Amino acid sequence: MKPPFRSTLAALLLAIVPLAMQAQTLRIGLAEDPDILDPTLARTFVGRLVFAALCDKLFDVDEKLAIVPQLATGYAWSADGKTLTIKLRTDVTFHDGEKMDAAAVKFNLERHKTMAGSNRSGELRPVTSIDVVDPATVRLNLSAPFTPLIATLTDRAGMMVSPKAAQAGGANFGTKPVCSGPFKFVERVAQDRIVFEKYANYWNKSAIHLDKIIFTPVPDSTVRLANLRAGQFDFIERVNPSDMEGLKKDSKLKIARITEIGYQGITINVGKSEQAQKNPLGKDARVREAFELSLDRQGLAQVVMDNEAQVGNQWVAPSNAYYAKNMPIPKRNIERARALLKEAGVPNPSFTLMTPTTSDAQRLALVIQAMSRDAGFDVKIQSTEFATSLNLADKGDFDAYILAWSGRPDPDGNLYSFHGCKQPLNYSGYCSAETDDLLNQSRALRDPAERKKVFEQIAAKVLKDRPVVYLYHRNWLWAYNARLSGVRNVPDGLLRIQGLKMGGT
Amino acid sequence: MFEFFVKRLFTIIPTLVLVSMLIFGLQQLLPGDPAVILAGEERDPAVVAYLHAKLHLDQPLPVRYAYWIGGVLRGDLGESVRTQLPVTQLIAQKLPVTVELALLAMAIALVIGIPAGVVSAVGRGTAWDYAANLFALWGLSTPNFWLGILMILLFSVNLGWLPASGYESPFVDLKANLAAMVMPAFVLGNAIAAVLMRHTRSAMLQVLSADYVRTARAKGLSERVVVLKHALRNALTPIITLGALELGTLLSGAVLTEQVFTIPGFGKLIVDSVFNRDYSVVQGVVLVTATTYIVLNLLADLAYFLVNPRLRA
Repeated sequence: MKPPFRSTLAALLLAIVPLAMQAQTLRIGLAEDPDILDPTLARTFVGRLVFAALCDKLFDVDEKLAIVPQLATGYAWSADGKTLTIKLRTDVTFHDGEKMDAAAVKFNLERHKTMAGSNRSGELRPVTSIDVVDPATVRLNLSAPFTPLIATLTDRAGMMVSPKAAQAGGANFGTKPVCSGPFKFVERVAQDRIVFEKYANYWNKSAIHLDKIIFTPVPDSTVRLANLRAGQFDFIERVNPSDMEGLKKDSKLKIARITEIGYQGITINVGKSEQAQKNPLGKDARVREAFELSLDRQGLAQVVMDNEAQVGNQWVAPSNAYYAKNMPIPKRNIERARALLKEAGVPNPSFTLMTPTTSDAQRLALVIQAMSRDAGFDVKIQSTEFATSLNLADKGDFDAYILAWSGRPDPDGNLYSFHGCKQPLNYSGYCSAETDDLLNQSRALRDPAERKKVFEQIAAKVLKDRPVVYLYHRNWLWAYNARLSGVRNVPDGLLRIQGLKMGGT
Repeated sequence: MFEFFVKRLFTIIPTLVLVSMLIFGLQQLLPGDPAVILAGEERDPAVVAYLHAKLHLDQPLPVRYAYWIGGVLRGDLGESVRTQLPVTQLIAQKLPVTVELALLAMAIALVIGIPAGVVSAVGRGTAWDYAANLFALWGLSTPNFWLGILMILLFSVNLGWLPASGYESPFVDLKANLAAMVMPAFVLGNAIAAVLMRHTRSAMLQVLSADYVRTARAKGLSERVVVLKHALRNALTPIITLGALELGTLLSGAVLTEQVFTIPGFGKLIVDSVFNRDYSVVQGVVLVTATTYIVLNLLADLAYFLVNPRLRA
């Protein structure tokens, strides 16, 4: 064998062998360290990202936000809408080998409802009891019709954990979670890494091409990107919008953008406390309308988000099927804004805009201040650390507050808790019997066309009362190694592991 | 010396009690309800009420302190409300990382700072002196965060010599551990080296003009012996104090450097815990840090005895 041939062969072997032999590991850079990995207690968005590989849910959403079965095979509502029957897969086991059946689903839903400190009990409040019909069928009995329940089951409320492991782990189950997803938990070093390895008996194993996943929290977006560029990570979430231009030119990396199901908005104190009546913005709907008309949403998205956002004026983005077309995005109109302020008798209203200390929120506040000045507003910016700002908002100690919401697949999740009277996230203190009535109607209807009509009525009412001025819907920005294929853009911003492949096409 | 040691030991106990009260009390001054932030985005009122009860937030301050200090005395620092991991476990995970980073940074600082200070003082007014001063100015004025990112861009992204992150325990893979630690240790050590250099220089200049140094030279001792044995040894006393203080600061966690290099140490732990209002973690970490600081100061006092025989009398 001549030396050149030998070296070529060696080079070929070196190139091929690692591909065939090397375990496929996906290293993900997260923007935060997740909280407890127990679906019942979990609270953070970043935790949901990790759960997507660990815990399968009864249902999932697809790229178009349509609900698709995952651990379930189908569902049926009773005629009165008070009973939901779910059919389950029969080939699913948890990571400890236990069978996932109707009894396990009953255990999980009851755990969500009754466990001390459960963050799911509120989401499942309409569910009064759960019956096991047969090993593959479970029936949920409701106190009142509640259509958004199916969408609720596409998130943590629909995640199933092993009853045996949950009973053994008690309140600390989340330190060693056992679910039925494609990957099983190996170890977690707080603020350093979370390691998962492939679950050999996964029910949908043909869709899994990776062997191991390592999540590492890196809060700074520049550092996260540097790690991706250096090959330390294969995938990073929440890329800084200003880095997108540079990334487009990098052939070794790919980018993905998905418009969020949440929103960025300004919550106005219209009735949370007495303070609402002390400033013209909270007191007079005309002043709020003038404020909205003073804003150029496209300009805001451009300056604050480098255009990595879809402008909007509702709790769902204009591209969403439930967007109320009867209430389009109002254009900036300074003349009309000035006229409204004159009519309200306050040509130069002044109010304080409370904003979290993140750079995005600060930039947003500054641009809003400058834009609304043209109509005569005097906006004072009050930068407040997030925990403190929530406390002030809860007490109604604010005029206006820049607040974002990560969003839920069903519009109800972006709406009810914010605009229903005395609901926990109703920081504006908005309360209208008419709106409450419409909100409850929307929960009882099952036909999407009929629900859409009710949402249009809600939009016509709420967007005129303006307890929240909706601004835009941010893009989830991802960057990843160009060798990674099968990345799906699902609007909930969570990475689906099924179908992901390193080195494939 | 023994008497001194015992006396110092007795002052430590009331100091620690006071520190524990301060840690607990000051944290309560933080605005914002920890239960509200811990209850997540949904902020379900039932969850908030549960967390209030669990964290004893509905109890008066002295009762809450009693709960905490009672646990501390039993060796139980509580558990993180966010991750539900015991605080002692979190500290046990992070402390060795921070200690390693601190020791490596200190070693780099000592190796660069003290010789640079000595050379600069001995060669006062020469090119060596200017070079050392320039180095000190650079070290003092370069922000760690910026230097860290530049080093990552150069050594990890462009040259591909060192990993940008990915801490590994030295007991698992020493080579990977050192590769991950060398950049953060240099960033931290670089700034401290500058401080040490400035202090060594001024202490050496003072000592070199002292009478006993002139006597030593008059006795015909070589310059090397005069500088290293007679002058440096006396000049070291204030540098030991400074070194101990700097080491204490390093052990309390180098927040920005840890963030840049994704080193899972104390700094990251405490910052995340403050923002998440994870009280028990903050209290536990600050208590351990404060105790370390106090012990290091005691050790510095003991070190004086070793380098300065006059104190032993």
